[in-house]
Amino acid sequence: MTLAIDVAGLNKHFGARHVVKDLNLQIGRGEIFGFLGPNGSGKTTSIRMLCGLLTPDSGHGQCLGFDLLREHREIKRRTGYMTQKFSFWDDLSIRENLDFFARLYQLPQRRRQVDAALERLGLCSRASQLAGTLSGGWKQRLALAACMLHEPELLLLDEPTAGVDPSARRDFWEELHRLAASGISVLVSTHYMDEAERCHKLAYIAWGQLLAQGSAASIIAGQALHTWQVSGAALNREMARLQHLPGVEQTVIFGSALHVSGRNEALLSASLQAACAQDQLTLQRIPTGLEDVFIHLMQSITDQTQGITDWTQRAPDQPAEATDGR
Amino acid sequence: MAAERFSWTRWWAIVLKEFLQLRRDRLTFAMIIGLPIVQMALFGYAINTDPRNLPTYVVSGDHSEFSRRLVSALQTSSYFRVEGTLPDAASADRMLRGGQAVFVLHIPPDFSRQLVRGEQPALLLDTDASDPLAPGMALAALNPIVEQVSRETLAGPLSALAPQPAPFSVMVHRLYNPENNTQYNVVPGLMGVVLTLTMVMMTGLAMTRERERGTMENLLATPVRPLEVISGKIIPYVAIGMVQSTIILLAAHWVFHVPFVGSVLAVYLVALLFIAANLTVGITLSSLAGNQLQAMQLTIFYFLPSILLSGFMFPFRGMPGWAQVIGEVLPLTHFNRLIRGILLKGSHWGELWPDIWPLLLFTVLLMGLAVTFYRRTLD
Ligand SMILES: Nc1ncnc2c1ncn2[C@@H]1O[C@H](COP(=O)(O)OP(=O)(O)OP(=O)(O)O)[C@@H](O)[C@H]1O
Ligand SMILES: [Mg+2]
Repeated sequence: MTLAIDVAGLNKHFGARHVVKDLNLQIGRGEIFGFLGPNGSGKTTSIRMLCGLLTPDSGHGQCLGFDLLREHREIKRRTGYMTQKFSFWDDLSIRENLDFFARLYQLPQRRRQVDAALERLGLCSRASQLAGTLSGGWKQRLALAACMLHEPELLLLDEPTAGVDPSARRDFWEELHRLAASGISVLVSTHYMDEAERCHKLAYIAWGQLLAQGSAASIIAGQALHTWQVSGAALNREMARLQHLPGVEQTVIFGSALHVSGRNEALLSASLQAACAQDQLTLQRIPTGLEDVFIHLMQSITDQTQGITDWTQRAPDQPAEATDGR
Repeated sequence: MAAERFSWTRWWAIVLKEFLQLRRDRLTFAMIIGLPIVQMALFGYAINTDPRNLPTYVVSGDHSEFSRRLVSALQTSSYFRVEGTLPDAASADRMLRGGQAVFVLHIPPDFSRQLVRGEQPALLLDTDASDPLAPGMALAALNPIVEQVSRETLAGPLSALAPQPAPFSVMVHRLYNPENNTQYNVVPGLMGVVLTLTMVMMTGLAMTRERERGTMENLLATPVRPLEVISGKIIPYVAIGMVQSTIILLAAHWVFHVPFVGSVLAVYLVALLFIAANLTVGITLSSLAGNQLQAMQLTIFYFLPSILLSGFMFPFRGMPGWAQVIGEVLPLTHFNRLIRGILLKGSHWGELWPDIWPLLLFTVLLMGLAVTFYRRTLD
């Protein structure tokens, strides 16, 4: 499989802060690659390095076969980058914004292409409205339409669906899968788990470190977690109590239920069964979800960084290596 | 590689975008028209290096015919506005200190008697010289007035006592501006000042605005080249500069009646060159500054020496050598000479060339600087 993105050892510092640490990413052509991680973990910074907006302090690699450091003009021509914060021109109309981009990418038959984009967006009737007066969700949709105008081979989307309503999000993901099927590669950052599950591959980053990379199934399998769902009354109090039982590594409230996970299946099962029988709680074995795994990954790195920050010094029984799907 | 070449399509995209944004920015639009008019009203009418009607008081110990005549002669000279008489020197002092008086004329007791006896008595004029420019012209006017009055008072049999005129006199031939009209000098100079301020400030904001609004990230992610952005952003301001020049030229002609000896075409060509020079300054500052506030501060930093050292405010040849050296670097200095040369003297291209090539050189160098400083990444 040819790779759309293949970078290794990317580092970025802002002043004394090491924001992205030795990033390795491999994204195949026609793949939808999800980029997840808590706020401030370095997702935006990584994406900016991939499209030449930030210069990595060290590292090397290629995007679409062009060198990341030397040929970023070629990369820019073939890449559509959607910024996290809306950064189109508020004082230009929707059509003028699209038109401006069409000219910058020197599109042939510009007028027809802009019309077609407006059509797809469903904004034909509002084409002369100023972009700054659009609602948040519509701004996202305009930005997406604009960065896809020049039919890029690679899409870098930084939280494209933040603030977008569920039906528009569904449409958007269907469109992404259509694009991927036609050979376009997509790197998309998101905080939504349902979106993560729609990606072909995922990467999870925290404090600038890539903690896991691979398909959702392989990432889940890599953590070797066993999860039970506990439901009943006064879950907050239960959580505090269950946390200290042997075998319990993580308790998370999901709506009206509590997810309790641990790696030692037998120990965890025994603890929970005893506790639940005593407090009249319902106990149910469930498959470990992505979110459970990500929370677990986060916790393990937090524990790690309290002492030392060097990822490579972690003990072999810790989950990092096992999670790499490749 | 195709991507490495300057693209007129992308350049035109930038030009169009800037025009559209400018059209929607009412405040900027108002400033483009308003600034030349306000500046012209200020410099053309309010600021006058030849002030008249300065408030004057008289402390007179001599109630003679001579004193009366002198006061009325002062009044008619239009330099002095005699507000009244004061009883003694102490109250005169208070008036000067309080700023109500710029001049106090002391006429000593027995002045006219001493004059008649031929004792050459002295008049004392106290003046508030804390602003040294204000009384200059008035002082120069005083001696002839006194001379005139004493000649009139001592008419008839006493005429032998009248002061003799100095044995020689100096005649000053004021070339190109015979009436010494400050507006003739100030109004053409104002064109350069207004253009400097608007051009540098507006382009100074051009790039920082993109950065502050976050749109720079989008722009940098496209294949657009630095030179395309910079030159494209400059174009609309060239048009604005031409509009401003026209407003000032029209006002110069119709309101201030500044003579137009040279060709209008030459004025516009020179203005175009000067505008280009200023725009490159603005765009360089814009690339250097981190935000719009810094861009404004840099603009002022550039604007002050331009105004002070260019010969607009003070005579260029009167400045110390080092100041003249700085002045020679500034485009406004050359533009002032060019525009005065064309409008008031009707200079031809050969005479203008020594001030044209520095402008050309300045523009090319600054354009190179702007492209060098252009931030190609968000680092
Ligand atoms: N220009 C900058 N100067 C200094 N620090 C920066 C800059 N940009 C980002 N950072 C820091 O780098 C870290 C990573 O930021 P980044 O925007 O990449 O996070 P993110 O994963 O995209 O977060 P979010 O989910 O909130 O978008 C943050 O701690 C941020 O404060
Ligand atoms: Mg981000």
